[in-house]
Amino acid sequence: MKIRKIFQYDSLLVPIIAIALGLIIGALFMLLGGYNPTVAYVSMIEKVIGSSYDVGELLRTIAPLILSGLAVAIAFKVGLFNIGVDGQIIMGSLGALIVGTQLSLPSIIHGIVAVLFGALLGGLWGAIAGYLKGSKGINEVITTIMLNYIALYSSHMMIRAFMPQEGTQRSELIKESASIKINFLSDMMGGARIHWGFLIVILVLVFYHYYLNKTKWGYEIRVTGLNIQATKYAGINSSKIMVRTMFISGLFGGLIGTFNVLGVFNYMAISASTSGIGFDGIAVALLGGNTAIGILLAGILFGILTYGAQGMSFGAGVPNEIGDVVISAIIFFVSAPGIIKHLLYRFRNKQKRTENTDETTKSKKGA
Amino acid sequence: MEIIGNLLNGTLVFSTALIFAALGGMISERSGVINIGIEGFMVSGAFFAAIFTYYAESAGLGSISPWLGLLGAFVCTIIFSFIHAVASIKYKANQVVSGTVINILTPALTFFLVKVLFDGAAETPIISNVFRKISIPYLSDIPILGDMLFNTYPTTYVVILLVLFMYYIFKRSTVGLRLRAVGEHPGATDTAGINVNRIRYISVILSASIAALGGATIVLTTTSSFSFTTVAGQGFIALAAMIFGKWHPIGVTLGALLFGFAQALKDQMQIIPFAQSIPNELFYMLPYLLTLIVLVIAVGRSSAPAALGQPYEPGQR
Repeated sequence: MKIRKIFQYDSLLVPIIAIALGLIIGALFMLLGGYNPTVAYVSMIEKVIGSSYDVGELLRTIAPLILSGLAVAIAFKVGLFNIGVDGQIIMGSLGALIVGTQLSLPSIIHGIVAVLFGALLGGLWGAIAGYLKGSKGINEVITTIMLNYIALYSSHMMIRAFMPQEGTQRSELIKESASIKINFLSDMMGGARIHWGFLIVILVLVFYHYYLNKTKWGYEIRVTGLNIQATKYAGINSSKIMVRTMFISGLFGGLIGTFNVLGVFNYMAISASTSGIGFDGIAVALLGGNTAIGILLAGILFGILTYGAQGMSFGAGVPNEIGDVVISAIIFFVSAPGIIKHLLYRFRNKQKRTENTDETTKSKKGA
Repeated sequence: MEIIGNLLNGTLVFSTALIFAALGGMISERSGVINIGIEGFMVSGAFFAAIFTYYAESAGLGSISPWLGLLGAFVCTIIFSFIHAVASIKYKANQVVSGTVINILTPALTFFLVKVLFDGAAETPIISNVFRKISIPYLSDIPILGDMLFNTYPTTYVVILLVLFMYYIFKRSTVGLRLRAVGEHPGATDTAGINVNRIRYISVILSASIAALGGATIVLTTTSSFSFTTVAGQGFIALAAMIFGKWHPIGVTLGALLFGFAQALKDQMQIIPFAQSIPNELFYMLPYLLTLIVLVIAVGRSSAPAALGQPYEPGQR
């Protein structure tokens, strides 16, 4: 499978047109459903920048999307399709929860240990799929799907057995000392759940770029992803690289989980299904072209669309599923740049025909 | 004895939807187009089945309604499969991406439509004309196997026929040979005068419609309505069953059956008294754990069709 070979667009034009088309398609469906798209989009923008609380909560939505995108992207780079970010998130949450509730440590250290342990669990969870693919050749798509469910039910089992909050479908709360909330910022922003994880997200973005492009290990990842046969001749142990890359991918996923527990909710819910952030990450990675800057921008865009969609349903009564319709349309047009180029080509041709004489004189002057 | 009978019957009931979806996925992938969008196509099938059956029932069509639902799911899913087909075949998009588009688009759009059609409700109204178990005289009296194979839902009979049919198509017919050739070596197939992209279009569209029958099966035999939780990841399980079965009709069916067996085992184990002391989650985990273990021990390396994921470029070797 040539999963690595994700679309390459030669200009910024394609994504911009794709976003515009996505919004138009969203509007068409709103009209179809009898809603007013203008009101909907205005209330979406109001929701996103309406108050400092909303800006803070928007950031809270964006952070996991970026990390999830990075987790998917680094696996893509080594040629693996990681559907298992959801499971890695759960393991991260579980790790953070265990440290956060069971240990007693001084305040800052407690948070750090909890984040590290959660990320480590996520990383190990990812590494299992990497190992099974690398040394046994078992398709990572199956193993990561299975591992998602196993993580989900193990976390339920652990919470019910050791850390239940009686009478609820939640775990007990983490100790105050393990919290990674930034309280003063949170108070400034009307109680928006701001946490130190944002800083970590930026560090991870820089790390991702540097590690992949500037280090020997990143080079090994890219070679393995591009041509696995070549690794044999180059003396690269491809199965080791896969384990390592999936470990890193899992670390990113695990971090999401730790932020949710330590910075946002203070508990872990016993929910019937996985969060779905991992699948959003696939979309973010694809739209961002697997580059750090692209993933940052795609994460912000998707954050705005998903968080803003809540505003649409509140302000204009539009079901918030329309946010996902817009997202899928955008990915569709970006993934098949041929469609947009096709449209552009026709458009330009028409222009050329009308301005034909004009252009020839210009080019003569230029020469 | 009764437990074994229930277990086997349950296995087939659980597996039916998965077999549809996994066989569907297989058709597309054997022609060289990755179909990660199976989940989305199942959602589409479940939605259209619920809608068609509901309106047919309201129009007073009675017991034909679920059949119309099944037909509606099969036909209307073409709308979505066309998106995947055009993007991945004509515009040579990355097939994983366009499959992901389907997986995001279909749930979003169908839940949106449910809210629009039923005044903001989170699920479609419960339908009363669903499929009921039919037992075939004499054959269903065969111990154990009779109850499993001949006392079950119409959709299960359909899927059994489909498996046999697919085996025949893939192994014995010219169409199947061409389809496999397109997935293994499109260049050579083109040279032999076969239209590669036409076969791929047909495969992707059929693939989605058959997967949609899987989604429809869930609505028409189990849930009686369509909501957020109707499909909930079963498409990915079907995908796993397909890879598990190494893209071979019988293997794929066995993969789906294994998973259905683990599901049925979960239900039967919970009835047994001694199992009451074991945490429930362990049973929920069982299907996934079992699949993983069988993969590691027995199945191992999977080899996909050679041209899987590659758009066809004429003149390229």
